[in-house]
Amino acid sequence: MALMPTVTIPEEEFTYPGSTGCPGCGANLVMRYMLKALGERTIISIPACCWAVMPGYWPVGCLRVPLLYTAFEATGAAISGLRAALDIKGVEDVTVVGFAGDGGTVDIGLQALSGAAERRTDAIYMMYDNEAYMNTGIQRSGSTPWGAWTTTTPIGTTHGFKHEFKKDIMTIMQAHGIPYAATVSVAHPEDFIKKIRKAKDIQGFRFVHALSPCPPGWRMNPAETIEVAKLAVDTHIFPLYEIDQGKIHVTRKGKGVPVIEYLKLQGRFSHLTEAEVDSIQTAVDARYKMLLEKEASGT
Amino acid sequence: MTKSYEELPLTPISTEPSTLNLTGLWRVIRPVVDKEKCKKCKICWKFCPDAAIKLVDGEPVIDLRYCKGCGICAFECPQKCIIMVREDEA
Amino acid sequence: MRTVMTGNYASAYGAKLAKVEVIAAYPITPQTSIVEKLAEFVSTGELRAKFIPVESEHSAMAACIAAETAGARTYTATSSHGLTLMHEVLMWASGARLPIVMTNVSRAMAPPWSVWVDHMDSIAQRDTGWLQFFCESNQEVLDTIIMAYKVCESSGVMLPAMVIEDAFILSHTSEPVSVPEQELVDSFLPAYAPEYKIEVGKPMGFGSLVKPDQYMEFRYKAMLGMKEARDRFLSVEQEFKHIFGREYGGLLEHYRCDDAEVVLACAGSVASTAKDVVDSLRARGIRVGLARIRAFRPFPHQEFRALGAKVDGIAVLDRSYTFGAAGAMFTEVKASAYSGQNRPIIKNYIAGLGGRDITPKIIEKVFEDIQIVTKRREEPDVEWVDVAGLPRRWR
Repeated sequence: MALMPTVTIPEEEFTYPGSTGCPGCGANLVMRYMLKALGERTIISIPACCWAVMPGYWPVGCLRVPLLYTAFEATGAAISGLRAALDIKGVEDVTVVGFAGDGGTVDIGLQALSGAAERRTDAIYMMYDNEAYMNTGIQRSGSTPWGAWTTTTPIGTTHGFKHEFKKDIMTIMQAHGIPYAATVSVAHPEDFIKKIRKAKDIQGFRFVHALSPCPPGWRMNPAETIEVAKLAVDTHIFPLYEIDQGKIHVTRKGKGVPVIEYLKLQGRFSHLTEAEVDSIQTAVDARYKMLLEKEASGT
Repeated sequence: MTKSYEELPLTPISTEPSTLNLTGLWRVIRPVVDKEKCKKCKICWKFCPDAAIKLVDGEPVIDLRYCKGCGICAFECPQKCIIMVREDEA
Repeated sequence: MRTVMTGNYASAYGAKLAKVEVIAAYPITPQTSIVEKLAEFVSTGELRAKFIPVESEHSAMAACIAAETAGARTYTATSSHGLTLMHEVLMWASGARLPIVMTNVSRAMAPPWSVWVDHMDSIAQRDTGWLQFFCESNQEVLDTIIMAYKVCESSGVMLPAMVIEDAFILSHTSEPVSVPEQELVDSFLPAYAPEYKIEVGKPMGFGSLVKPDQYMEFRYKAMLGMKEARDRFLSVEQEFKHIFGREYGGLLEHYRCDDAEVVLACAGSVASTAKDVVDSLRARGIRVGLARIRAFRPFPHQEFRALGAKVDGIAVLDRSYTFGAAGAMFTEVKASAYSGQNRPIIKNYIAGLGGRDITPKIIEKVFEDIQIVTKRREEPDVEWVDVAGLPRRWR
C-alpha cells in the first residue's frame, strides 16, 4: 500500500477561481504557480494582455495580491516606478513583478524591458508566452514559432504561415547581464516554483520565460495543456534552463521526443508538410545542441 | 446594475474576489470522480488552471461552481478515475 | 533667497521645494537642464528622491504613474516630441486620477525640426484631462509648480497638471527669481497622502476593465475633478499670496482691461512683450488691454464671458494652429463669448510658430488691426502673422 503522497508544491492558493481565462488556459497556471512561490508580499503590474482581462470586470479581481493595470508597452517602466516608490517610502521585503504576455515583452514592450534590465531594476519580469497576440484574437507576434498558423499568418494559397524564427528573448536578456533568467513550464510545477523561489531571493533584474499553452490559439484540446507543455520540454523545443550570473544551466534535459509528437497535437501546425516538420526538427536539434555546448563551455 | 457616479471610487479599483463570477456556467462537459479508484495523489489539484479543485482532508473536491470543464484533471489523472461527461447527460 | 536663474532651473527648484519623491525623466532639448539639475540635487542628497533615468518619455510617464499609484509624489519634464510620445499615458494618468506634475517646455513639432518655442505640443494635449498652466516668467514657473501640487492633490481634484514654459525664452533665459524657504513651502504644501494607493497586503486592482454600462460614470467624475480644479486653483493662489506674497491673477490675468475697447488674449512669454505694448498704447490714449490665459485647462470660460460682455473686440493670439479649424485658444475664447448678450468681434492671429519672434511692432499692428475689424463689425478670417509671401507686412 503506497503512502499518501504529500503535496509537492505549496498548498496555499493566491488566485481565486472565477477568472475569465479560457478552459485549460496555460496562463492561469503560470500565475497560480508563480504566486504560490512568491506569496503575499508581492505587487504585480500587468499590461494589456489576456491577464488584463482575466481578473474580470471592475469591481472583481482574482488575485490575492495587489495589481496595477498599465498601458501595453509600459511594464518595464511600471515596475521601475513601483520599485522606486517602494524604496523611497522605505517599504521592504516586497517582490515587484511585471507579468506580461509575449507581445507586450518581445515586441511593443521590448524597449521598456530593456531599459528596466539595463537599470538593474529590482524586480521579477515574468513573460507568459502563448506565442501570439492571443487577447486580440491570435495575431502573430515576434514570439510566434516558425511554421505556426495565426490570423495574420494565414495559410491561404501562398502557404503563408509564419516564416520568421521565434525571437530568442532569453539570449537578449542574457546580453543585458542580468543576474538571473530562467525558462519554466506549467507541466513541471515543482521546477517552476523552485526557480521562482530562487529568483525571489536574488537582488536585481530577474527574467522568467514561461511557455503558456493556449487551447484556442494553438488549436488544441484544452485537456491536453499539460501534455503539450510536457512535450515542448521533451522535444527540446522549450528546454528548461537557467542563466545564473550569466552561466547557462539546464535544469531538465528532456527525453528527446520527435517534434512531430508536439506539433501534431496543435491545429496551428496541421498544414505543415513532412519536409517542413523535418526542418523544424533540424532547427530544434541544432539549437538544443548549442544550448548544451554553451552550458559545457561555461558561457 | 449601473452604480451612480457618487458611489464610485475615483478610478476603477477592484476589491471584490472573482468568486462572484460563476464560471461553472460555461461548462458543456463536467468531470466526474470515481472516489473508489482515487489514490489522493493530488495531481488533479496541482494542474487545475482555475484552482477549482480543493483539497478536503487530502481528498480532491471539484468545485462545480467554477469548473470550466477543460478536462485537464481527467487527462492527467494517473488512475484514470476522472471521466468527462456531457452536461446534458450528467 | 533672491537670485537669477533660468526657467529650467526654476522648474527644478520648484520640484525640489515640493519634495518630490520619484523623478522619471528622459532628456530632450530644451528641457535637459531641468533634469540635470534635479539629478544633481538627488546626487548630493539635497533632494531625497529616486531618480529613474528612463529610456523614453513614454516610459517616463508610465514610471511616474506606477510610482504615484504607490503613493509617491512624482515629477517629470519634457518637451515637444517627448510630450506627444507620452500622449497615450497622459490619458492614463488623468483617468487614473493621479496628481502628477510635469513641466512641459513648449516647443514646436517636426517636421520641420525646430527646437524653438511654439505651443503646438502643449495644445495637442488639451483633451487629455491634464490641467494646463502657461507661465509668463521664471518666477511664475517655480511658484506654479508648488501651487500645482497643492491643487492637484486636493481630494476633490486628483488630476495631473502640466506647467508650461516657453522654449528658450523662459527655459534658457535668466531672470530674477525669489526661491522661497523650504519651511515656508512645507507650511503650504503637506506631504502627499492619497486615499488609495497600491500597497502590500491590500489585494486591490488599480485600473480594471469597465463595461459600457459603467464607464461614463467614471469619466463624469473626472470631469467633476476638472470643474473643482477651477475653484481650487483660485483659492490655492490666494493662500499662496498670503504666505509668499505673490499672485498671478487667477485663471485669466487681466492687464488694464477695465475700460478697454479691445483686448489681446494670449498665453506664455509673449504676454510680457504685449504688456509693454499695452502700456505704450495707453500712454497715447488708446484703450487697449491684455488678457493673459494662465490656465488653458480648466479654460477660463466665465472670465471670457464676462470680458466679452464689456469689450468690443478681442484679438486672440495663438502660438499654435489646429489644422482644419482655427487656433485652439481662439476657438475656446469665441465659444465662451458666444453665449453672452454682447458679442464682441473676435479675431484669430496665428503668430510665433517655430520660435518666430513676436516683436512689439507686430503686437502693435495686431492691436491696430483688431480695432479696424471691430469698427467694421465684420466676421474676420484667421490671420497668419508675419508669413513671407502673404501680402501683409508686419515688421
